[in-house]
This record gives sequence, structure tokens and C-alpha cells, in this order.
Amino acid sequence: MANKIFNEVLIETVDLKKNFGTLEVLKGISEKIYRGEVVSIIGPSGGGKSTFLRCLNLLEEATDGKVIFEGNELSLKNTDINLHRQKIGMVFQQFNVFPHMTVMENITLAPILEKKIPKEEAEKKAMELLKTVGLEDKVHEYPGRLSGGQKQRLAIVRAMAMEPDVMLFDEPTSALDPEMVKGVLDVIQALAESGMTCVIVTHEMGFAKRISDRVLFIDGGVIAESGTPQELFDHPQNQRTKEFLAEVLY
Amino acid sequence: MGKGIFEVLFEYYPIFLQGLLGTLKFAFIAVFFGTLVGTLVAIVNLSKNKYVSAIATVYVNVLRGTPLLVQMYIAYFFIPMAIPALNSIDKVYYVLLALILNSSAYVSEIIRGGINSVDRGQIEAARSLGMTASHTMTKIVLPQAVKNILPALANEYIAMVKETSLAGTFMLYELMYTRTLLANKYLVWQPLFIIAGIYLVVTLVLSWIVKQMEKRFRKSD
Repeated sequence: MANKIFNEVLIETVDLKKNFGTLEVLKGISEKIYRGEVVSIIGPSGGGKSTFLRCLNLLEEATDGKVIFEGNELSLKNTDINLHRQKIGMVFQQFNVFPHMTVMENITLAPILEKKIPKEEAEKKAMELLKTVGLEDKVHEYPGRLSGGQKQRLAIVRAMAMEPDVMLFDEPTSALDPEMVKGVLDVIQALAESGMTCVIVTHEMGFAKRISDRVLFIDGGVIAESGTPQELFDHPQNQRTKEFLAEVLY
Repeated sequence: MGKGIFEVLFEYYPIFLQGLLGTLKFAFIAVFFGTLVGTLVAIVNLSKNKYVSAIATVYVNVLRGTPLLVQMYIAYFFIPMAIPALNSIDKVYYVLLALILNSSAYVSEIIRGGINSVDRGQIEAARSLGMTASHTMTKIVLPQAVKNILPALANEYIAMVKETSLAGTFMLYELMYTRTLLANKYLVWQPLFIIAGIYLVVTLVLSWIVKQMEKRFRKSD
């Protein structure tokens, strides 16, 4: 996948900083994500990878710096953040599916409510998406009756139903039982291969290496190293990257 | 001692029945509007602006920290005095207003607790889909909060049925007022036991209904 050419910047961060109280979590990150690109973010816990991801759709408000999505600076006061978030899908470690709604309602709620898509159309689209992740027979179930892997696939479908331009994944398999991981990774891989722009915070190194166009290693609140999977995994330059990979690739 | 309890009940049951209807009516009004106002107060209380949330905190503290009977007296005597234009309005409404506001303070604290009990990830998921803050509140947070607080809320509603007995002090026709009516007929102790019995039956029935509702709610888990 390394031979694809990306020339349209989708998301850009400029000197992005984030403090929690006196703790500096992001110390100035300037990075571009291109349309169609699959970018994995790896690094030690507490290094800032999730915070960086969450800043991209302003779930975390940056202390300083800019996030520019499709040419719009998101943190400006007059930016309608809801409109842009509709185009930035997000999948969480803890799934965060809505427990009081059926699978179908989970998926169609936001499209009907915020994009004013007619109910029938939204439900038709939801069924198509559910088929792609093998959940079509769960359409009337409540999430309480789904396994972790099924919940996460539902969460992916829910985000996809908004027809986003980019999908953000925040450790999508970290809360799953081991036997559930592959099903979810397969769905993400299929998405990535369909041309969807993906930014994935993950601890699944093999997966990151296989599907990424580019890998970022975030540590200590900065991008310590970035490159193609081959560059980063096989020939890391940075000392911290080497140490981290030595720890996780045993 | 005079007449027995059942004798009085059979003789004057229309009076008790009308009192019961009054009690249920006042309780329903207090609960309904108290919940509406209480929800608003809870949302104001959760505002990120600390001055805005302080207003709600003061509201809640004052109404929970003073007796309902005192609040009713203030509403009954002071409001028409302070605002003469309102003189033409039946004073019943001021007593009801005190009931509603008092109920709203208790309900708002329960709802605030319920809103806080909803997992933050739920809000983040809704907002990440581009849902507005108000849609997130009405479609995601409140429905889950209501489920969490249903027992506490139901207890508050049942308590409110009993609180309305204070309205009898102001000649509002509810259960407790029947005591005054029958005292004129030299029936002093019998109505008290009848009234207590009716309150007991009503609260027990309401508790049972709430239990059934909880069971149905739990089905979607």
C-alpha cells in the first residue's frame, strides 16, 4: 500500500498543545493527514496518542495550536463543530454504543436527527452497513445482548452511517477479549482498503504494520518518529522508538 | 368516643373521596411541573459556567433548607402583598406554586445525580457523531438518567402525595382538609385514622406500580 499517492490534506494540526492542569500532554504537534491515507499511531501509554486523536474532532479542546479539517479551522468560535464532526467518525475503546436503543436505532439516530435523512432511507443504509460487518440478524437487539466484538462493529457502523470523510479509531480492540479482536480488525482493514481515510491509535503492531501507509510514534507529547511501516518497524532511527518496539515486539 | 371509624367512613365517604381527588390532583400538578422545572434547574446546575450553576445551587439549598409549610405561608401571604396586580388570582395557585417549586428542588438534585451517573463515553460518542448538545441531552443522557434514577424519583413522587397534606392548612380541598370539615360535626379522631388509612393505601399502590414499571424498564438491559 506504500505506493499510493496522497496530495490532498484532510486534517492538519499546527503546533498542537494540550495541558491537563500543569501536565503537558501534547507539546506541539504539527502533522498532516492526507485524504485516503491510513495512519497508525503507536507509542507508550500516557505518551499523548489518544489525546492527539481526540483533539482532531475537538473532543479535547487544545490548549494552543490549530486543527484544520478540510480547510476549516475547527477551534474558531464561529465554526459549527457539529457539522464537521458529522464528517469525522470516531470509534472508542469502550465502544460507547447507546444501551437504551436497538442496534438499528443506534445507527440511524444521528443521520435522521442531524442530517435529516428520511427514516426509511437511513434504515436501508443501516441494513447495508450491518451486512458488511455480519450483524444483520442483530438489528432489533439491544446492545446488552451483543458481545464486545459485536458492539465494536456496531460502533463502527454507527460512525459509518454518517458517511464521514475520515474515521478515527481510539484503541478499538484494547477492551476486547482476544478471540474478538480479529473480527474487528478485519472490518477496519476492509474500511481502510476501500479508500477511507483512517487514523488508528493501536497497540496491535502487526496490524499497524500491515495496513498503514504511515506510522507515527508518539512519545512524551511529541511525534518522536514517523515513516512508512517498513521504515518505522524495521529500521527505527529514534532511540525511544527502538526501545518501545523492543518492549512490544517480543 | 362517639361513632366508630367505619361508621364515619360509610356516612361521609363522598367527602373523603373528594379529599382524595384533591390530594391526587395537587400531587400530580406538583410532580408534573416540579419535574419540568427540576429538570431545567438540574441542567442549569450542571452548567460549566460556575456563576450560572451557583444560581441553581442557591435555589436548591433555599428550597430544601426551609420547611415547605413556611414556603407555602410566604407564597400565600407575601406574593399578593408584594405584587398587588396578582391580587385577583385565587390564592390556591400560590400554595400550588410553593408545592411545585419545593418539589422541583428535590427533583433537580435527583436528576442531577442521574445525569452525572451516565457514562461520559456516551456523551462523547453522541458528540463525535455531530449531535448537538441538546440532542445529546434529550436522546442519550436523559433517557439513561431517568432509568438510573427511577426508584429515587418515584420515592420523591410518593413523598409528594404526603406533602400535599400541608395544603389543607390553606383551606384547599384535599384529604387533610376533610378533618377540618368533619371536626365541625364533632368528629375529631375518626377522620384522622381514615385519612391515614387512605394515604397508606395510595402510597402502597403507587409503590407497587413503580415496581412494575422498573421491571419493564429492566427488560431492555
